[in-house]
Amino acid sequence: MKRVYLDNNATTPCDPRVVEAMLPYFTEKFGNAASRSHPYGWEAEEAVDYAREQIATLIHADPKEIIFTSGATESDNLALKGVFDMYRKKGNHIITATTEHKAVLDTCKHLAEQGAEITYLKVNDKGLIDLAELEAAIKPTTILVSIMWANNETGVIQPVKEIGEICAKKGILFMSDATQAVGKIDVNPREMGIHLMAFTAHKMYGPKGVGALYVSRKNPRVKVTAQMDGGGHERGMRSGTLNVTGIVGFGKAAELARKEMDQDMARISKLRDRLETTLKNKLEEVYINGDPAHRMPHVTNMSFKHVEGEGLMMTFNQRMALSSGSACTSASLEPSYVLVALGLGDDLAHSSLRFSLGRFTTDEDIDIAIQSIEEGVNHMRSLSPIWEMYKEGVDLSQVTWSPH
Amino acid sequence: MAYSEKVLEHFQHPRNVGTLDKSKNNVGTGLVGAPECGDVMKLQIKVQNDTIVDAKFKTFGCGSAIASSSLATEWLKGKTIEEAQKIKNTDIVQELNLPPVKIHCSVLAEDAIKAALADYQKKSDTEPVDTK
Repeated sequence: MKRVYLDNNATTPCDPRVVEAMLPYFTEKFGNAASRSHPYGWEAEEAVDYAREQIATLIHADPKEIIFTSGATESDNLALKGVFDMYRKKGNHIITATTEHKAVLDTCKHLAEQGAEITYLKVNDKGLIDLAELEAAIKPTTILVSIMWANNETGVIQPVKEIGEICAKKGILFMSDATQAVGKIDVNPREMGIHLMAFTAHKMYGPKGVGALYVSRKNPRVKVTAQMDGGGHERGMRSGTLNVTGIVGFGKAAELARKEMDQDMARISKLRDRLETTLKNKLEEVYINGDPAHRMPHVTNMSFKHVEGEGLMMTFNQRMALSSGSACTSASLEPSYVLVALGLGDDLAHSSLRFSLGRFTTDEDIDIAIQSIEEGVNHMRSLSPIWEMYKEGVDLSQVTWSPH
Repeated sequence: MAYSEKVLEHFQHPRNVGTLDKSKNNVGTGLVGAPECGDVMKLQIKVQNDTIVDAKFKTFGCGSAIASSSLATEWLKGKTIEEAQKIKNTDIVQELNLPPVKIHCSVLAEDAIKAALADYQKKSDTEPVDTK
Protein backbone atom coordinates (compact mmCIF):
# COMPACT_ATOMS: atom_id res chain seq x y z
CA MET A 1 0.00 0.00 0.00
CA LYS A 2 1.31 3.43 -0.91
CA ARG A 3 1.98 5.54 2.19
CA VAL A 4 1.49 9.29 2.22
CA TYR A 5 3.69 11.56 4.34
CA LEU A 6 2.16 14.94 5.20
CA ASP A 7 4.11 15.63 8.38
CA ASN A 8 7.04 17.58 6.96
CA ASN A 9 6.94 20.08 9.83
CA ALA A 10 7.92 17.22 12.13
CA THR A 11 10.80 16.19 9.91
CA THR A 12 11.62 15.88 6.24
CA PRO A 13 13.27 12.95 4.52
CA CYS A 14 16.87 13.51 3.45
CA ASP A 15 17.11 14.45 -0.18
CA PRO A 16 19.09 11.64 -1.92
CA ARG A 17 21.49 14.30 -3.23
CA VAL A 18 22.19 15.26 0.39
CA VAL A 19 22.92 11.68 1.35
CA GLU A 20 25.25 11.32 -1.62
CA ALA A 21 27.21 14.40 -0.55
CA MET A 22 27.51 13.06 3.00
CA LEU A 23 28.66 9.51 2.28
CA PRO A 24 32.42 10.09 1.78
CA TYR A 25 32.59 11.86 5.15
CA PHE A 26 31.60 8.70 7.01
CA THR A 27 34.44 6.65 5.58
CA GLU A 28 37.44 7.97 3.65
CA LYS A 29 37.09 11.63 4.74
CA PHE A 30 36.40 10.96 8.40
CA GLY A 31 38.79 13.53 9.89
CA ASN A 32 38.15 15.83 12.81
CA ALA A 33 37.74 19.40 11.53
CA ALA A 34 39.74 20.59 14.53
CA SER A 35 42.80 18.47 13.64
CA ARG A 36 45.11 21.16 12.31
CA SER A 37 48.18 19.03 11.72
CA HIS A 38 47.27 16.57 8.95
CA PRO A 39 45.29 16.26 5.72
CA TYR A 40 42.44 14.32 7.37
CA GLY A 41 41.71 17.35 9.50
CA TRP A 42 42.27 19.78 6.64
CA GLU A 43 39.80 18.13 4.31
CA ALA A 44 37.21 17.94 7.07
CA GLU A 45 37.73 21.61 7.89
CA GLU A 46 37.48 22.50 4.23
CA ALA A 47 34.19 20.62 3.97
CA VAL A 48 32.83 22.44 7.02
CA ASP A 49 33.92 25.81 5.62
CA TYR A 50 32.21 25.04 2.34
CA ALA A 51 28.98 24.00 4.09
CA ARG A 52 29.10 27.11 6.25
CA GLU A 53 29.25 29.15 3.07
CA GLN A 54 26.36 27.25 1.47
CA ILE A 55 24.23 27.87 4.56
CA ALA A 56 25.27 31.51 4.88
CA THR A 57 24.39 32.10 1.23
CA LEU A 58 20.91 30.67 1.77
CA ILE A 59 20.18 33.20 4.53
CA HIS A 60 22.20 36.09 3.01
CA ALA A 61 24.66 36.08 5.90
CA ASP A 62 28.41 36.01 6.42
CA PRO A 63 29.78 32.46 6.95
CA LYS A 64 31.33 33.64 10.20
CA GLU A 65 27.82 34.30 11.50
CA ILE A 66 26.90 30.60 11.42
CA ILE A 67 27.45 28.61 14.63
CA PHE A 68 26.85 24.89 14.22
CA THR A 69 24.83 23.09 16.89
CA SER A 70 23.02 19.77 17.26
CA GLY A 71 19.68 21.22 16.14
CA ALA A 72 17.18 24.00 16.63
CA THR A 73 16.44 23.13 20.26
CA GLU A 74 20.11 23.59 21.14
CA SER A 75 20.25 26.78 19.06
CA ASP A 76 17.24 28.20 20.93
CA ASN A 77 18.82 27.27 24.25
CA LEU A 78 22.18 28.76 23.28
CA ALA A 79 20.60 32.00 22.06
CA LEU A 80 18.35 32.57 25.07
CA LYS A 81 20.64 31.35 27.82
CA GLY A 82 23.73 32.73 26.10
CA VAL A 83 22.24 36.21 25.74
CA PHE A 84 20.89 36.18 29.28
CA ASP A 85 24.28 35.22 30.69
CA MET A 86 26.15 37.71 28.49
CA TYR A 87 23.87 40.71 28.95
CA ARG A 88 22.27 40.25 32.36
CA LYS A 89 24.15 43.25 33.77
CA LYS A 90 22.15 45.33 31.29
CA GLY A 91 18.83 43.85 32.31
CA ASN A 92 16.91 40.68 32.98
CA HIS A 93 13.74 41.14 30.96
CA ILE A 94 12.92 38.91 27.95
CA ILE A 95 9.81 39.19 25.78
CA THR A 96 8.42 36.20 23.93
CA ALA A 97 4.99 34.91 22.84
CA THR A 98 2.61 32.21 24.04
CA THR A 99 2.72 30.33 20.72
CA GLU A 100 6.48 29.81 20.63
CA HIS A 101 7.96 26.33 20.40
CA LYS A 102 8.61 24.50 23.69
CA ALA A 103 12.35 24.88 23.08
CA VAL A 104 11.87 28.61 23.62
CA LEU A 105 9.09 28.51 26.23
CA ASP A 106 10.75 25.93 28.45
CA THR A 107 14.10 27.70 28.19
CA CYS A 108 12.39 30.93 29.25
CA LYS A 109 10.82 29.08 32.17
CA HIS A 110 14.28 27.89 33.15
CA LEU A 111 15.67 31.44 32.90
CA ALA A 112 12.83 32.74 35.07
CA GLU A 113 14.11 30.43 37.80
CA GLN A 114 17.54 32.04 37.30
CA GLY A 115 16.16 35.51 37.87
CA ALA A 116 14.91 36.50 34.42
CA GLU A 117 11.62 38.31 34.04
CA ILE A 118 9.64 36.94 31.10
CA THR A 119 6.72 38.61 29.32
CA TYR A 120 4.57 36.31 27.20
CA LEU A 121 2.76 38.22 24.46
CA LYS A 122 -0.67 36.92 23.51
CA VAL A 123 -1.65 36.34 19.89
CA ASN A 124 -4.89 37.30 18.17
CA ASP A 125 -7.35 34.82 16.64
CA LYS A 126 -5.18 34.67 13.53
CA GLY A 127 -2.11 33.72 15.55
CA LEU A 128 -0.30 37.06 15.17
CA ILE A 129 1.25 39.13 17.96
CA ASP A 130 0.19 42.76 18.41
CA LEU A 131 3.07 45.13 17.62
CA ALA A 132 1.71 47.86 19.88
CA GLU A 133 1.57 45.37 22.72
CA LEU A 134 5.17 44.40 22.03
CA GLU A 135 6.29 48.01 22.08
CA ALA A 136 4.38 48.66 25.29
CA ALA A 137 5.97 45.62 26.96
CA ILE A 138 9.51 46.92 26.41
CA LYS A 139 11.11 48.49 29.47
CA PRO A 140 14.60 49.70 30.41
CA THR A 141 15.55 46.22 31.63
CA THR A 142 14.52 44.46 28.39
CA ILE A 143 17.48 42.74 26.77
CA LEU A 144 15.88 40.39 24.26
CA VAL A 145 12.77 39.80 22.18
CA SER A 146 12.29 36.20 21.02
CA ILE A 147 9.57 35.73 18.41
CA MET A 148 9.52 32.86 15.94
CA TRP A 149 9.49 33.42 12.19
CA ALA A 150 6.83 30.82 11.37
CA ASN A 151 4.78 28.66 13.69
CA ASN A 152 5.25 24.90 13.54
CA GLU A 153 1.58 24.04 14.11
CA THR A 154 -0.23 26.67 12.06
CA GLY A 155 2.46 27.95 9.70
CA VAL A 156 1.54 31.53 10.70
CA ILE A 157 4.32 34.00 9.86
CA GLN A 158 4.92 36.74 12.43
CA PRO A 159 5.65 40.33 11.31
CA VAL A 160 9.39 39.87 11.82
CA LYS A 161 10.40 42.98 9.88
CA GLU A 162 8.22 45.22 12.04
CA ILE A 163 9.41 43.46 15.20
CA GLY A 164 13.01 44.02 14.04
CA GLU A 165 12.32 47.73 13.55
CA ILE A 166 10.89 48.08 17.04
CA CYS A 167 13.87 46.26 18.53
CA ALA A 168 16.32 48.40 16.57
CA LYS A 169 14.58 51.58 17.70
CA LYS A 170 14.78 50.48 21.33
CA GLY A 171 18.29 49.03 21.07
CA ILE A 172 17.19 45.50 22.07
CA LEU A 173 18.40 42.20 20.66
CA PHE A 174 15.96 40.26 18.50
CA MET A 175 16.12 36.49 18.35
CA SER A 176 13.94 34.41 16.05
CA ASP A 177 13.36 30.68 15.83
CA ALA A 178 13.18 30.25 12.05
CA THR A 179 13.18 26.45 12.06
CA GLN A 180 10.04 26.17 9.94
CA ALA A 181 10.93 29.01 7.57
CA VAL A 182 14.55 28.51 6.48
CA GLY A 183 14.82 26.59 3.23
CA LYS A 184 11.12 27.03 2.50
CA ILE A 185 10.78 30.78 2.02
CA ASP A 186 13.39 33.49 1.57
CA VAL A 187 14.87 34.24 4.99
CA ASN A 188 17.19 37.20 5.46
CA PRO A 189 17.88 37.91 9.14
CA ARG A 190 19.96 41.03 8.54
CA GLU A 191 17.23 42.64 6.45
CA MET A 192 14.68 41.83 9.17
CA GLY A 193 16.81 43.19 11.99
CA ILE A 194 17.25 39.74 13.53
CA HIS A 195 20.41 39.31 15.60
CA LEU A 196 20.13 35.64 16.50
CA MET A 197 18.30 33.00 14.52
CA ALA A 198 17.84 29.28 15.15
CA PHE A 199 17.29 26.71 12.41
CA THR A 200 17.96 23.08 11.63
CA ALA A 201 18.86 20.73 8.77
CA HIS A 202 16.19 18.07 9.18
CA LYS A 203 13.29 20.40 8.38
CA MET A 204 14.85 21.20 5.00
CA TYR A 205 15.74 17.75 3.60
CA GLY A 206 19.02 17.52 5.50
CA PRO A 207 19.96 15.03 8.23
CA LYS A 208 18.80 15.07 11.86
CA GLY A 209 21.24 16.05 14.59
CA VAL A 210 22.68 19.21 13.04
CA GLY A 211 21.43 22.77 13.31
CA ALA A 212 22.74 26.30 13.40
CA LEU A 213 22.50 29.55 15.23
CA TYR A 214 22.96 32.72 13.22
CA VAL A 215 24.73 35.29 15.37
CA SER A 216 25.07 38.80 13.95
CA ARG A 217 28.72 39.87 13.68
CA LYS A 218 28.37 43.53 12.87
CA ASN A 219 25.92 46.34 13.69
CA PRO A 220 25.66 45.07 16.33
CA ARG A 221 28.29 42.47 17.08
CA VAL A 222 26.45 39.99 19.27
CA LYS A 223 28.07 37.54 21.64
CA VAL A 224 26.54 34.69 23.54
CA THR A 225 28.01 32.91 26.53
CA ALA A 226 28.83 29.30 25.68
CA GLN A 227 26.59 26.77 27.39
CA MET A 228 29.05 23.89 27.10
CA ASP A 229 32.67 23.98 28.13
CA GLY A 230 35.28 22.31 26.00
CA GLY A 231 37.60 22.93 23.12
CA GLY A 232 36.31 26.39 22.26
CA HIS A 233 34.99 25.45 18.83
CA GLU A 234 32.71 27.75 16.85
CA ARG A 235 34.42 30.96 17.92
CA GLY A 236 34.14 29.90 21.53
CA MET A 237 30.37 29.84 21.48
CA ARG A 238 29.80 26.11 21.08
CA SER A 239 32.38 23.53 22.05
CA GLY A 240 32.29 19.99 20.78
CA THR A 241 33.75 18.15 17.80
CA LEU A 242 31.88 19.23 14.71
CA ASN A 243 29.44 16.78 13.17
CA VAL A 244 31.25 17.01 9.85
CA THR A 245 29.06 14.53 8.00
CA GLY A 246 25.89 16.20 9.22
CA ILE A 247 27.24 19.66 8.43
CA VAL A 248 28.14 18.59 4.87
CA GLY A 249 24.56 17.35 4.46
CA PHE A 250 23.17 20.55 5.96
CA GLY A 251 25.25 22.57 3.49
CA LYS A 252 24.07 20.54 0.51
CA ALA A 253 20.46 20.83 1.71
CA ALA A 254 20.89 24.61 1.94
CA GLU A 255 22.30 24.80 -1.59
CA LEU A 256 19.41 22.74 -2.97
CA ALA A 257 16.88 24.84 -1.07
CA ARG A 258 18.35 28.05 -2.43
CA LYS A 259 18.18 26.77 -6.01
CA GLU A 260 14.82 25.00 -5.85
CA MET A 261 12.81 26.78 -3.17
CA ASP A 262 10.84 29.06 -5.50
CA GLN A 263 9.68 26.37 -7.89
CA ASP A 264 9.12 23.85 -5.06
CA MET A 265 6.98 26.25 -3.09
CA ALA A 266 4.95 27.39 -6.12
CA ARG A 267 4.00 23.76 -6.71
CA ILE A 268 3.49 22.85 -3.05
CA SER A 269 1.29 25.83 -2.25
CA LYS A 270 -1.00 24.86 -5.16
CA LEU A 271 -1.30 21.36 -3.71
CA ARG A 272 -1.98 22.80 -0.24
CA ASP A 273 -4.67 25.10 -1.63
CA ARG A 274 -6.31 22.24 -3.52
CA LEU A 275 -6.35 20.09 -0.38
CA GLU A 276 -7.87 22.90 1.62
CA THR A 277 -10.55 24.02 -0.85
CA THR A 278 -11.61 20.51 -1.80
CA LEU A 279 -12.08 19.47 1.83
CA LYS A 280 -13.97 22.67 2.60
CA ASN A 281 -16.26 22.00 -0.35
CA LYS A 282 -16.83 18.33 0.42
CA LEU A 283 -17.35 18.58 4.19
CA GLU A 284 -19.41 20.79 6.47
CA GLU A 285 -18.05 22.61 9.51
CA VAL A 286 -14.41 22.77 8.47
CA TYR A 287 -12.28 25.60 9.85
CA ILE A 288 -8.82 26.85 8.87
CA ASN A 289 -6.70 27.74 11.89
CA GLY A 290 -4.29 30.65 11.60
CA ASP A 291 -4.11 33.63 9.28
CA PRO A 292 -4.37 32.47 5.64
CA ALA A 293 -2.81 35.77 4.55
CA HIS A 294 0.33 35.32 6.65
CA ARG A 295 1.11 31.67 6.44
CA MET A 296 3.77 29.27 5.19
CA PRO A 297 2.85 27.97 1.72
CA HIS A 298 3.15 24.29 2.66
CA VAL A 299 1.07 24.14 5.85
CA THR A 300 -2.61 24.00 6.65
CA ASN A 301 -4.11 23.43 10.06
CA MET A 302 -7.79 22.50 9.86
CA SER A 303 -10.46 21.64 12.40
CA PHE A 304 -13.21 19.20 11.53
CA LYS A 305 -15.88 20.06 14.04
CA HIS A 306 -17.40 17.36 16.27
CA VAL A 307 -14.72 14.84 15.32
CA GLU A 308 -11.83 14.09 17.66
CA GLY A 309 -8.44 14.41 15.95
CA GLU A 310 -6.72 11.28 17.19
CA GLY A 311 -9.74 9.11 16.48
CA LEU A 312 -9.90 10.61 13.01
CA MET A 313 -6.22 9.89 12.42
CA MET A 314 -6.77 6.27 13.42
CA THR A 315 -9.05 5.84 10.41
CA PHE A 316 -6.11 6.37 8.06
CA ASN A 317 -2.88 6.22 10.04
CA GLN A 318 -1.75 3.01 8.40
CA ARG A 319 -1.45 4.83 5.10
CA MET A 320 -1.11 8.52 5.90
CA ALA A 321 1.06 10.46 8.38
CA LEU A 322 0.09 13.80 9.82
CA SER A 323 -0.29 15.51 13.21
CA SER A 324 -3.17 16.50 15.42
CA GLY A 325 -3.61 19.19 18.06
CA SER A 326 -5.79 16.75 19.93
CA ALA A 327 -4.88 16.10 23.54
CA CYS A 328 -4.96 12.38 22.99
CA THR A 329 -1.82 12.53 20.90
CA SER A 330 0.09 13.91 23.87
CA ALA A 331 0.69 12.53 27.33
CA SER A 332 -0.65 15.68 28.96
CA LEU A 333 -4.29 15.30 27.85
CA GLU A 334 -4.26 19.02 27.09
CA PRO A 335 -5.03 20.07 23.53
CA SER A 336 -2.51 22.12 21.55
CA TYR A 337 -1.54 25.24 23.51
CA VAL A 338 -0.87 27.00 20.21
CA LEU A 339 -4.43 26.51 18.98
CA VAL A 340 -5.87 27.37 22.38
CA ALA A 341 -3.81 30.60 22.31
CA LEU A 342 -5.62 31.49 19.07
CA GLY A 343 -8.83 31.42 21.10
CA LEU A 344 -10.03 28.38 19.24
CA GLY A 345 -11.88 26.70 22.10
CA ASP A 346 -10.72 23.35 23.36
CA ASP A 347 -13.33 21.48 21.31
CA LEU A 348 -11.99 22.80 17.98
CA ALA A 349 -8.42 22.28 19.14
CA HIS A 350 -9.25 18.62 19.80
CA SER A 351 -10.65 18.41 16.27
CA SER A 352 -7.60 19.75 14.47
CA LEU A 353 -5.23 18.19 11.99
CA ARG A 354 -2.00 19.68 10.70
CA PHE A 355 -1.01 18.91 7.13
CA SER A 356 2.55 19.88 6.23
CA LEU A 357 3.50 19.20 2.62
CA GLY A 358 6.99 18.96 1.22
CA ARG A 359 9.32 18.60 -1.72
CA PHE A 360 8.31 15.00 -2.27
CA THR A 361 4.54 15.47 -1.97
CA THR A 362 2.77 14.50 -5.20
CA ASP A 363 -0.61 15.18 -6.78
CA GLU A 364 -1.53 11.59 -6.04
CA ASP A 365 -0.68 12.06 -2.35
CA ILE A 366 -3.16 14.91 -2.19
CA ASP A 367 -5.83 12.82 -3.93
CA ILE A 368 -5.32 10.09 -1.34
CA ALA A 369 -5.35 12.64 1.49
CA ILE A 370 -8.62 14.19 0.31
CA GLN A 371 -10.30 10.81 -0.01
CA SER A 372 -8.97 9.55 3.35
CA ILE A 373 -10.01 12.68 5.22
CA GLU A 374 -13.44 12.80 3.63
CA GLU A 375 -14.15 9.15 4.45
CA GLY A 376 -12.61 9.43 7.90
CA VAL A 377 -14.55 12.55 8.88
CA ASN A 378 -17.84 11.12 7.61
CA HIS A 379 -17.22 7.85 9.44
CA MET A 380 -16.25 9.54 12.70
CA ARG A 381 -19.22 11.87 12.49
CA SER A 382 -21.50 8.86 12.10
CA LEU A 383 -20.08 7.72 15.47
CA SER A 384 -20.15 11.15 17.11
CA PRO A 385 -22.93 11.95 19.59
CA ILE A 386 -22.19 15.65 19.39
CA TRP A 387 -22.43 15.63 15.59
CA GLU A 388 -25.81 13.92 16.01
CA MET A 389 -26.92 16.58 18.49
CA TYR A 390 -25.64 19.35 16.24
CA LYS A 391 -27.65 17.87 13.35
CA GLU A 392 -30.75 17.67 15.57
CA GLY A 393 -30.36 21.38 16.19
CA VAL A 394 -29.26 21.08 19.83
CA ASP A 395 -27.36 24.15 21.03
CA LEU A 396 -24.24 22.44 22.33
CA SER A 397 -23.25 25.45 24.39
CA GLN A 398 -26.44 24.98 26.45
CA VAL A 399 -25.83 21.31 27.22
CA THR A 400 -24.67 20.50 30.75
CA TRP A 401 -21.50 18.49 30.18
CA SER A 402 -19.57 16.54 32.75
CA PRO A 403 -15.93 17.58 32.31
CA HIS A 404 -13.56 15.06 33.76
CA MET B 1 1.97 5.07 20.49
CA ALA B 2 0.80 1.78 19.16
CA TYR B 3 -2.70 0.56 19.94
CA SER B 4 -3.48 -2.89 21.25
CA GLU B 5 -5.00 -5.30 18.77
CA LYS B 6 -8.25 -5.34 20.70
CA VAL B 7 -8.56 -1.56 20.57
CA LEU B 8 -7.87 -1.64 16.84
CA GLU B 9 -10.40 -4.41 16.31
CA HIS B 10 -13.18 -2.51 18.13
CA PHE B 11 -12.18 0.71 16.41
CA GLN B 12 -12.33 -0.86 12.97
CA HIS B 13 -15.51 -2.82 13.68
CA PRO B 14 -17.37 -0.93 16.37
CA ARG B 15 -20.27 -2.93 17.81
CA ASN B 16 -23.73 -1.48 18.38
CA VAL B 17 -23.26 1.99 16.97
CA GLY B 18 -26.52 3.88 16.92
CA THR B 19 -29.30 5.53 18.80
CA LEU B 20 -32.32 4.18 20.69
CA ASP B 21 -35.48 6.20 21.19
CA LYS B 22 -34.72 8.03 24.39
CA SER B 23 -38.38 8.96 24.92
CA LYS B 24 -39.26 5.29 25.54
CA ASN B 25 -39.73 4.33 29.19
CA ASN B 26 -37.57 1.25 28.92
CA VAL B 27 -34.61 3.06 27.38
CA GLY B 28 -31.94 4.53 29.64
CA THR B 29 -29.54 7.12 28.21
CA GLY B 30 -26.19 8.19 29.61
CA LEU B 31 -24.32 11.16 28.14
CA VAL B 32 -20.95 11.77 29.79
CA GLY B 33 -17.78 13.72 29.09
CA ALA B 34 -17.37 17.12 27.46
CA PRO B 35 -16.33 18.31 23.99
CA GLU B 36 -13.60 20.51 25.48
CA CYS B 37 -12.09 17.44 27.16
CA GLY B 38 -11.90 15.66 23.84
CA ASP B 39 -14.35 12.87 24.64
CA VAL B 40 -18.10 12.51 24.90
CA MET B 41 -19.89 9.17 25.19
CA LYS B 42 -23.56 8.50 24.70
CA LEU B 43 -24.57 5.04 25.84
CA GLN B 44 -28.12 3.69 25.75
CA ILE B 45 -29.73 0.53 27.07
CA LYS B 46 -33.09 -1.04 26.33
CA VAL B 47 -34.49 -3.13 29.17
CA GLN B 48 -37.12 -5.85 29.22
CA ASN B 49 -37.99 -7.81 32.38
CA ASP B 50 -34.94 -6.47 34.17
CA THR B 51 -32.63 -7.66 31.38
CA ILE B 52 -30.74 -5.44 28.95
CA VAL B 53 -31.93 -6.57 25.54
CA ASP B 54 -30.18 -3.93 23.47
CA ALA B 55 -27.38 -1.40 23.89
CA LYS B 56 -26.17 1.32 21.55
CA PHE B 57 -23.43 3.92 21.69
CA LYS B 58 -22.01 6.94 19.95
CA THR B 59 -18.66 8.36 20.99
CA PHE B 60 -16.68 11.47 20.17
CA GLY B 61 -13.14 10.64 21.13
CA CYS B 62 -9.94 8.80 20.43
CA GLY B 63 -9.66 5.17 19.42
CA SER B 64 -9.51 3.95 23.01
CA ALA B 65 -12.66 5.86 23.94
CA ILE B 66 -14.50 4.36 20.97
CA ALA B 67 -13.22 0.86 21.78
CA SER B 68 -14.16 1.23 25.48
CA SER B 69 -17.74 2.20 24.68
CA SER B 70 -18.07 -0.43 21.95
CA LEU B 71 -16.90 -3.09 24.42
CA ALA B 72 -19.28 -1.76 27.08
CA THR B 73 -22.32 -2.20 24.81
CA GLU B 74 -21.19 -5.71 23.97
CA TRP B 75 -20.91 -6.61 27.66
CA LEU B 76 -24.20 -4.96 28.61
CA LYS B 77 -26.36 -6.97 26.24
CA GLY B 78 -28.00 -9.89 28.01
CA LYS B 79 -27.01 -8.73 31.48
CA THR B 80 -29.52 -7.94 34.24
CA ILE B 81 -29.52 -4.46 35.74
CA GLU B 82 -27.79 -5.83 38.80
CA GLU B 83 -25.07 -7.54 36.76
CA ALA B 84 -24.55 -4.40 34.68
CA GLN B 85 -23.91 -2.34 37.81
CA LYS B 86 -20.89 -4.51 38.48
CA ILE B 87 -18.96 -3.65 35.32
CA LYS B 88 -15.82 -1.81 36.38
CA ASN B 89 -13.47 0.38 34.41
CA THR B 90 -10.61 -1.91 35.41
CA ASP B 91 -12.33 -4.77 33.55
CA ILE B 92 -12.28 -2.63 30.41
CA VAL B 93 -8.62 -1.66 30.93
CA GLN B 94 -7.71 -5.30 31.23
CA GLU B 95 -9.75 -6.52 28.27
CA LEU B 96 -8.45 -3.78 25.92
CA ASN B 97 -4.89 -3.56 27.30
CA LEU B 98 -5.23 0.18 27.73
CA PRO B 99 -2.02 2.06 28.60
CA PRO B 100 -2.06 4.36 31.68
CA VAL B 101 -2.64 7.48 29.55
CA LYS B 102 -5.89 5.95 28.26
CA ILE B 103 -7.36 4.79 31.56
CA HIS B 104 -9.66 7.83 31.62
CA CYS B 105 -11.41 6.37 28.55
CA SER B 106 -12.42 3.31 30.57
CA VAL B 107 -13.50 5.51 33.49
CA LEU B 108 -15.71 7.43 31.11
CA ALA B 109 -17.22 4.19 29.79
CA GLU B 110 -18.04 3.09 33.35
CA ASP B 111 -19.57 6.52 34.00
CA ALA B 112 -21.66 6.14 30.83
CA ILE B 113 -22.93 2.71 31.94
CA LYS B 114 -23.84 4.08 35.39
CA ALA B 115 -25.54 7.12 33.87
CA ALA B 116 -27.60 4.98 31.48
CA LEU B 117 -28.64 2.63 34.30
CA ALA B 118 -29.54 5.56 36.55
CA ASP B 119 -31.60 7.15 33.79
CA TYR B 120 -33.46 3.88 33.21
CA GLN B 121 -34.10 3.40 36.92
CA LYS B 122 -35.33 6.95 37.34
CA LYS B 123 -37.82 6.35 34.52
CA SER B 124 -38.98 2.95 35.79
CA ASP B 125 -39.40 4.30 39.35
CA THR B 126 -41.69 7.07 38.27
CA GLU B 127 -43.62 5.54 35.39
CA PRO B 128 -44.88 2.10 34.48
CA VAL B 129 -42.31 0.34 32.32
CA ASP B 130 -43.30 -0.25 28.75
CA THR B 131 -42.09 -3.77 28.13
CA LYS B 132 -43.20 -4.08 24.55
